Amino acid sequence: MTTADAPRVFLVDDHHLFRAGVRSELGEAVRVVGEADEVAAAIELISERLPDVVLLDVHMPGGGGKAVIEAIKASHPTVRFLALSVSDAPEDVIGVIRAGARGYVTKTISGPELIDAVLRVASGDAVFSPRLAGFVLDAFASMPPGSELPSSLDPELDNLSPREREVLRLIARGYTYKEIARELTISVKTVESHVSAVLRKLQLSTRHQLTRWATERRLI
Amino acid sequence: MVAVAQRRDHRCISDRFDPWRHNFDGTAQGRARGGSRYRHHHEHGRLQRSREDRIIAGIAGGIAARRGRDATIVRIVLVLLGLLSGVGVVAYVLAWLVLPAEGSSETIAARAISDRQGITIAIALVPALVLVLLVGAALHASFLSSWGLPLLVSAAGLVLVYRNAEDDERAWLTESVKALLQLGAEPRQSRRSFIARLGGGAVLFALGVIVISHAGHSWLRPLVGTLLLIAGTVVLLGPWWLKLAMDLLNERQARIRAEERADMAARVHDSVLQTLAMIQRSADQPQEVAKLARAQERELRSWLFEGRPPGSFGAEGVATLSAGVEQIEREVEATHGIAVDAVTVGDVPLDDELRALLAAGKEATVNAAKWSGATSVSIYVEAEPKQVSMFVRDRGAGFDCNRVGGDRKGIAESIRGRMQRHGGTAVIRSVPGEGTEVELSMPRHPSRA
Repeated sequence: MTTADAPRVFLVDDHHLFRAGVRSELGEAVRVVGEADEVAAAIELISERLPDVVLLDVHMPGGGGKAVIEAIKASHPTVRFLALSVSDAPEDVIGVIRAGARGYVTKTISGPELIDAVLRVASGDAVFSPRLAGFVLDAFASMPPGSELPSSLDPELDNLSPREREVLRLIARGYTYKEIARELTISVKTVESHVSAVLRKLQLSTRHQLTRWATERRLI
Repeated sequence: MVAVAQRRDHRCISDRFDPWRHNFDGTAQGRARGGSRYRHHHEHGRLQRSREDRIIAGIAGGIAARRGRDATIVRIVLVLLGLLSGVGVVAYVLAWLVLPAEGSSETIAARAISDRQGITIAIALVPALVLVLLVGAALHASFLSSWGLPLLVSAAGLVLVYRNAEDDERAWLTESVKALLQLGAEPRQSRRSFIARLGGGAVLFALGVIVISHAGHSWLRPLVGTLLLIAGTVVLLGPWWLKLAMDLLNERQARIRAEERADMAARVHDSVLQTLAMIQRSADQPQEVAKLARAQERELRSWLFEGRPPGSFGAEGVATLSAGVEQIEREVEATHGIAVDAVTVGDVPLDDELRALLAAGKEATVNAAKWSGATSVSIYVEAEPKQVSMFVRDRGAGFDCNRVGGDRKGIAESIRGRMQRHGGTAVIRSVPGEGTEVELSMPRHPSRA
């Protein structure tokens, strides 16, 4: 039985089988209000049905998940996006997050974990998979000593706080938010706010590594 | 010679909320003497005397490890300071007294305070000092006067060091002194040459003392005297130094051989013994058994005849840390049918230490795949300028660290022993019912990379 306040979810993926799989895994916890298998159809249907959360694939013909987010974000800022992908390329993942997705999970995620992620995004939180946490730690790696910091860098936006780094490290190690809260003796709410802060930095930072690092991984 | 700050820390924590993970240094003081010897060694921790890299007390090695300098340079500086004035020698002996040995929580001075007899002996050296000063004045030998005090203070310090050093250090000192005493007890055929050497050395030494102490206005005389002194010392003590150096060399070789043997045992465990275990488990599937046996045979052959160690990283063109992690991910997923989620932050080229880290990490991953019962394993690897850390985590059955039998080679040898031999650490946290996390860390030596 679907409860009244269950989030309304829209699926965008070019693989029919995968959509069917996700649909059955989400089960009764959410209301799936529609699905699409390509960018143009997705943009049209999402604008029409205005779901709470769009689960979308990073790689799709016609511009991928990024194109969908960019088209919807301007006119319907309340729609939230969660990227779901097998794609391992950091530049794609970071790209989709910077376009406006509130999280990234890999397709190997288990059913209950996926539901949890959707609920989290629906309530405005960010969802980081271990892989995304690793990418972010890499992108915000401390500058090698001796290199000049561009003056355009905003120290507030372009650096992670030690606590944020700690939280990301634990996510990368496979800890759940609950386990992180226990390990750091803070509340789950605080963990969530750290992750949201990291997401904000990731989306707004002009740190040049973000655009550059994908091609040349950091060698220290 | 590169001084390696050894980090030995092999604990098994069965409670994840163990308070001393976070506040570990404070406990060292309270630890009973003779208990666990090795404690956590922070990179920026206190100055300690090195156990591995030492000629006398390991002070130069300790300074080198702390400051990241070459130990040889530190030694040269110390020797120069010692030659310039006796104060350098005194400072060295004092450092010996007040610096704890690596892995030890107590300084020699702390024990010497309660050593009444030792203090008495040290005080008894005061009349000797007066005697030396008197003789120096009588002979007009200014060097005796200026060196008398520092040398005697040093001698007093050494008495306390010898009496209060830890057992292994005292054994080492005894060994060195015994070698010196055995100068007179050499085989008969070399007896004559020994007497000749002793006589010759003594004559040269005495000549040196006389020339120096009667140095007139000529600058040449002190120089000649010093040369004579050095020549006399070399003739007298040369063979002893040679023997000491040989012993040191032999000891190092023996240690290297032992480490190689342990490394080989770990490799055999990882490959052959693991395969045999898998064969036993799939005894009812002849095809699977044949496949495993064939793969193992190929691996063993390439090890024995082509020199490619099994499970070694770098054998198939794997040259970087992230590529090595991907290889673990691939191999464990393929062999054990478990999902492996690997995340790597930063990347570095592989060296021997990092290959050992990867091998230990792979063993931890295989263990998780085989025993935890979980459906997935998380690997997180982070390369930092000072060290590389690797975390292998599963949410499976977990185990009680204290109950794992000593014969379980996997954890003891393939993980802990391997990390330790290469200067790294392994910490295993496991809670029955909640899962296991293995934390490995390996210090980096960018200067050698």
